Amino acid sequence: MLTLALFLFFGAVCVAGAVNLLVQSHPINSALSLIVVMASLAAEYLLLGAEFVAAVQVIVYAGAIMVLFLITIMLLNAGKEDRTKGSRVATLLGVPGVVIGGVLVAWTLIHRSDMGSVAIGALPGDPKAIARLLFHEFLLPFEVTSVLILIAIMGAVVLASRPEAIARPHPGGPASQEERKLVAVGKARS
Amino acid sequence: MSITTFIIISIIKSAAVIGILLTAVAYSVWLERKVSAHIQNRWGPTKVGPFGLLQPMADGVKFIFKEDLTQPHVYKPLYIAAPIIAVVFAITSISVIPFGNWVNVGPIQVGHSPNFGSWGTYLQITDVNIGLLIVLGITSMGVYGVALAGWSSNSKYALLGGLRASAQMISYEVSLGLSLVGVVLMAGSLSLRDIVDAQGGVFWHFIPRWNIFHGQTLAFFIYLISAYAETNRTPFDLPEAESELVAGYHTEYSAMKFAMFFMAEYANMVTVACIATLLFLGGWHGPLIFASPILQAIMPVVWFCLKVFFFMFLYVWVRWTLPRFRYDQLMAFGWKILLPLALANIVYTALVVAWRA
Repeated sequence: MLTLALFLFFGAVCVAGAVNLLVQSHPINSALSLIVVMASLAAEYLLLGAEFVAAVQVIVYAGAIMVLFLITIMLLNAGKEDRTKGSRVATLLGVPGVVIGGVLVAWTLIHRSDMGSVAIGALPGDPKAIARLLFHEFLLPFEVTSVLILIAIMGAVVLASRPEAIARPHPGGPASQEERKLVAVGKARS
Repeated sequence: MSITTFIIISIIKSAAVIGILLTAVAYSVWLERKVSAHIQNRWGPTKVGPFGLLQPMADGVKFIFKEDLTQPHVYKPLYIAAPIIAVVFAITSISVIPFGNWVNVGPIQVGHSPNFGSWGTYLQITDVNIGLLIVLGITSMGVYGVALAGWSSNSKYALLGGLRASAQMISYEVSLGLSLVGVVLMAGSLSLRDIVDAQGGVFWHFIPRWNIFHGQTLAFFIYLISAYAETNRTPFDLPEAESELVAGYHTEYSAMKFAMFFMAEYANMVTVACIATLLFLGGWHGPLIFASPILQAIMPVVWFCLKVFFFMFLYVWVRWTLPRFRYDQLMAFGWKILLPLALANIVYTALVVAWRA
């Protein structure tokens, strides 16, 4: 009873956060609403019994990734955005799309009784069960994903590092052409 | 146990733990002032109460009665929310920390419900099997308080402080989390209670089987260093480096709002010290000298408190001994030294555990 009430409460918080994300005109407020969505999703996972997934959701998404979002917004100093009426395509295609999608989901849920349901707290979500799945049954996909992520990290490092930084890996090494120019300008000014 | 009893007992436990935590926070400030004074050959607070012991209360009263300035240039909703976020997450993270073993409370009765007979509790608000992850998750959310304070203050010192704090906390959280993996591998569980239970007993009749003496010495030092950076303490207190940033992220805060950041910092220190005690120093395990049943019940808590106190003292000692790092040194140290060492420790521990199994 209490679990169900909490489940519904966090579901409502999640939807409210998602709506607020769209309504807010300031990027920081939108990012904060996204954090609320992530955190309430974690609470939903927890109530369903998937404790490990809930903890990882908070640590990775709400804790680390959203902080990076926030830092980026802060560094760009993005201000309030102008409110527009929105694009006509979005209105013409989006509203019917949402209605059709909602009807489809509802119809499937009502007419397909063989889909089964899950009771609150019924999922085997403790770390041991997850680890068994990841390292026994899905070992290959898991490892392939980790290689993919590694490639992405290396790509990000290459993209982010400026060419002169690659040419001169140690800060104490010989200065680049550009830096020499800057030093010369500084000397001329003083 | 009916749901009403459960809620009532939980509220009592939470109130007790929060009360203890806030008292510990207040007296950590006193300890900091007193120890720093003695390191610098001064007396520190002596006027309010014996040894200045009532100084924290005087400070609290002063903070409450100070004028609460709100600068016109701040972004008000987040400016007000930031200290609240900082304090809430700092206090919440204590909820899964066990302070001691099972204690028998004796017969209790709540309202008109039947007597439960002899009733006992673990000295812990709740024991969850992912306790360690919950602490890590909540501390990682604590970054928002600092980051938002820096941004919403709308001043350059505060913004720089907030940015530094968030970058530093994210960087060191990686090595902090990885340094704990070795301990988790040894205990085979993420529950803080199981981890402590795995450290009972002694080697050769006198060395306790604490993780620090049990192959995790390197992990302990990685954790300790990362924890200092995570709580923004010297030598890693760049977010509030007074010589460059005035006061960093809380430059624009005054009165109780400033005090809330202060409380959050010290509450985080207490939590980090508790985690270090539980994971590396065997939690409440320690020699039981006296055989009387009452002392048997009390000694584990005493041991736990002594170990936490040791870490708090170490915090202060380090702060008043070491100078501050430069920011590039801080980042290089975190990513180029601590992270590889933590990874090496994981590989080593995994090999040892696999070899034993």
